[in-house]
Amino acid sequence: MEEKLVTVNIDGVDWKVPCGLNVIEACKFAGVEIPHFCYHEYLPVAGSCRLCLVSIGTPARDRATGELIKNDDGSQKIAWMPKPAIACGTKVSEGMHVVTKSELIDDCRKGVLEFLLLNHPLDCPICDKAGECRLQEYATAYGRGESRFIERKNVKPKRREIADGKIILDNERCILCSRCIRISRQLVGRDVFGFTKRGSKNEVAVYPDEPVDSNYILNVVDNCPVGALTEKAFRFKMRTWFLKMTRGISAESSAGVNTWIWSRENVIYRITPRENRQVNDVWMSDSGRYTFGKFQSAERLTTARIDCSESSAEYALTRATEILNLGSVAIVASGYQTLEELFMIRRLADDLKAQTYMVSHLRGSDDGMLVSIDKTPNLRGGFVAGILKEYPKADLAGLAAKVRDGSVKTVLCFHEDLLSLGFDAKDFKRANIIYCGSLDNTCAREAKVALPLPSEFEKSGLWINRQWRLQAFDKAVDSPAGVLNDFDVLCSFGRTASGEDFKTPTLQSVRRAMSAAIKILPENCEVPAEGAVLDASEFSGVDFPETNALHFTKNVQQ
Amino acid sequence: MAATQKRIIYRHIDLEGWSADIDCYMKDGGYEVLKSAVARPREELCAEVEKSKIKGRGGAGFPMGMKWKFLDRKSGKPIYLVCNADESEPGTCKDRPLIYQDPHQIIEGIMCASYAVNAAHAFIYIRGEYINGYRILQNAVDEAKAKGFVGKNVCGSDYSCEITICRGGGCYVCGEETGLLSSLAGGRGYPRIKPPYFPAVMGLYDCPTVVNNVESLCWVPQIFKLGGEAVSKIGVPVDPGTHVWGVSGQVQKPGRYEIETGSCKLGEFLYDICGGPLAGRTFKAIIPGGSSMKILKWGEKFNVKRPDGTVEELRVEDIPMDSASFMSCGTAIGSCGMIVMDNTVDMAEALANLNAFYAHESCGQCTPCREGSLWISRITKRICDGWGRKEDIDLLLDIADNICGRTICAHGESVAWPVQSNVGKFREEYLSKIERQDMMGGQARLDNNSYRLI
Repeated sequence: MEEKLVTVNIDGVDWKVPCGLNVIEACKFAGVEIPHFCYHEYLPVAGSCRLCLVSIGTPARDRATGELIKNDDGSQKIAWMPKPAIACGTKVSEGMHVVTKSELIDDCRKGVLEFLLLNHPLDCPICDKAGECRLQEYATAYGRGESRFIERKNVKPKRREIADGKIILDNERCILCSRCIRISRQLVGRDVFGFTKRGSKNEVAVYPDEPVDSNYILNVVDNCPVGALTEKAFRFKMRTWFLKMTRGISAESSAGVNTWIWSRENVIYRITPRENRQVNDVWMSDSGRYTFGKFQSAERLTTARIDCSESSAEYALTRATEILNLGSVAIVASGYQTLEELFMIRRLADDLKAQTYMVSHLRGSDDGMLVSIDKTPNLRGGFVAGILKEYPKADLAGLAAKVRDGSVKTVLCFHEDLLSLGFDAKDFKRANIIYCGSLDNTCAREAKVALPLPSEFEKSGLWINRQWRLQAFDKAVDSPAGVLNDFDVLCSFGRTASGEDFKTPTLQSVRRAMSAAIKILPENCEVPAEGAVLDASEFSGVDFPETNALHFTKNVQQ
Repeated sequence: MAATQKRIIYRHIDLEGWSADIDCYMKDGGYEVLKSAVARPREELCAEVEKSKIKGRGGAGFPMGMKWKFLDRKSGKPIYLVCNADESEPGTCKDRPLIYQDPHQIIEGIMCASYAVNAAHAFIYIRGEYINGYRILQNAVDEAKAKGFVGKNVCGSDYSCEITICRGGGCYVCGEETGLLSSLAGGRGYPRIKPPYFPAVMGLYDCPTVVNNVESLCWVPQIFKLGGEAVSKIGVPVDPGTHVWGVSGQVQKPGRYEIETGSCKLGEFLYDICGGPLAGRTFKAIIPGGSSMKILKWGEKFNVKRPDGTVEELRVEDIPMDSASFMSCGTAIGSCGMIVMDNTVDMAEALANLNAFYAHESCGQCTPCREGSLWISRITKRICDGWGRKEDIDLLLDIADNICGRTICAHGESVAWPVQSNVGKFREEYLSKIERQDMMGGQARLDNNSYRLI
């Protein structure tokens, strides 16, 4: 689809920009920053912070005839607006002139920033937003540098716990941009926040003692330009400038929400949404922000075990390989694994002549937003890798029956807890269970051999979400000592099974091999920032349980 | 020529034996205009209003015919008509007598205008403090409805329109038309950004809406009765009709006076009609419109450009009483709420009073007005309390410049204009006040609680 372009002159340079943009977006297109607080690309325009004022002019026309008026030198005469206009509320039009750098505009910005700082506490050193505070950044870049205010500052309530205790509201820091009001209207669907009082005493407030009961309320924290709304769980835990950002994908559900993982020294401190206008815009669920906790807790499996007692990882790996070579193997793969791992498991299964299984993790219901009923991030990867042909069942009763009749002697299980999937304790005696996973569940404790594997934050990989969108994520932190590498484990199993040709691969070599073997994958599995939608027509007969949600329509190829 | 009143809109006000009920109004030919209007084509009526060149009486002075013309009639959405009776500008008191004494004139005006723009529903947004005014209006609407002038099949025609009266919550900014519409729709009285919220296109409930002042709507039956041409010949051509001036402050006879536009000069008006200054005093300053308009200093001279290009020197007392003349002197008539100050007035105190009002009434939506108005108010209060600094004078002007023209609605100008004009024109007085405070030291100074407006 071809977009209509209009010519806009920004600071003396002509740019072709898509029609329908507002001036802030057009300037962003041209690489010119216009500071703003209240404007947000995904929210309705409020136009209240007045920081984005610019001079705007349109080609002058004769009132009576509508003809363009020329200057004496033949150039187009520009009719400048008498007052500076807000860039966020003005749409571009053909021939529009915008001036963002002039004495008047500098003066406007200085004025607005001075006004905002009048009653704003200047306590950045003890404010948790410092380092990622728009007011701090703009005041430094465009502000006056010193205050002329000698009056007393307004006093407003501080440190109020709101939104079911998830958020701390500090009214003195609030610059009344109304983003939180608009976000809650859009994501929660009702007014959670609102203004009370008037004028300079204006305050953002919530209904007292009324539960918010929303899984999306923390988005107001991400989008609060100042330190008025801070997340209680992250507050004062770590200065943001110490944190490293890694691109991640939320493992919470098959929605495939794009995230930033904020870590320091191999410890994850928080997860925030990353913009992807095809998947999650700039939002994410609250529950998805805490998925890293279990991998930094006692639940984590960090040591290998043989027959329920600790062992060295090398020895456990050798033992597991020996058991696998006895034959009659079934492999249980997981929707939490990356596409690369599933692809290698498929090949391993071919080598071992093993049957492959996966289970579905359907819990709760689709919320119509960014949490789907399928709680695995990569179930569709099972289809693409060739492990699945139809939608998997919720348990492994079929496999358990085969264990009981003796046709399966060894079960290689990745991440899943067999004891909750139709196996009982006696089945662990009937067959050799090899568990490979990142969490220390009952299966890990009962298995013949248990091997610790990295969590999704400790590896790079590809996942396919409910839109059949292939998305890449990066390794954020190192695994704890003792944890093995997925590829090493899979290759170790495979090498003995099929001789030396199953060499230890790299991420790139697996992706190369994968794209060569699977037609619908892009070349070398190179994925653009917004992900690549796969042609899933060969799976159109499968009935997936996800229902319509943000950027997702059931049974429609995106 | 001595200035005289010409009562058209105020013809019934303070009349002996006049009452607000419908029989009294009908005895004087009431609702006859409406009866004849509903038989005429709408385009003709709108054209009459445009021909009359009557300017809106709410303060901005936008031509009423033009406002009606901008209405988006093709959208397919219903059109609403709103009567702005949220009269709350300090000094303005012209609509109140109409509401209290002559409500049927307003209702006839509303119904005439509603028919002309084909409004689906009419609203009256009345100032919350006019409690009895609300009762009187509601009673009048009920009376008019019983007689068939309001509601289904107005005067037997196929046009139907109800009038709903809504009381304001006591906020000055709700008199601003987009703020009024937000409030009327049940939201917070926040003015809206234009574009896209031009009332004529996206007004009440995002439908095209006409918002007119009480006095403007009272002109509609006059225009229909006399014809647009005849009305445009009353007063001066650039600003036809009459103005109801509400004069308050230090004059012998404060009150409301309706005069033909341009029929007299400011000096004649103040001396002949208002009786001149109080005994033994002299005029010092005049705020011509509501309090937000720029102040005029008595004795000031202006260089006014004539249409033929010559420049004429004009004294304050020689300014003709019409909107264009005041405009050429750097101020505006606004809503004609004239505030007169004499030589006993301390300008800093007067300004502090105004600033306290505007800081209190700022809605708090956009930054410059929200923060600037309170800052200005605190500075002027500090000067009045005896803690002024010489640099405060330029600081005040600079803050006012930073507010003016950079806000969502005209409240920014309302904050800035009094400061710019007052401090600019009476700079010496401010300076000497601050110097005197410095000399007197602690004796001139008051504690923080001496001034309780905020």
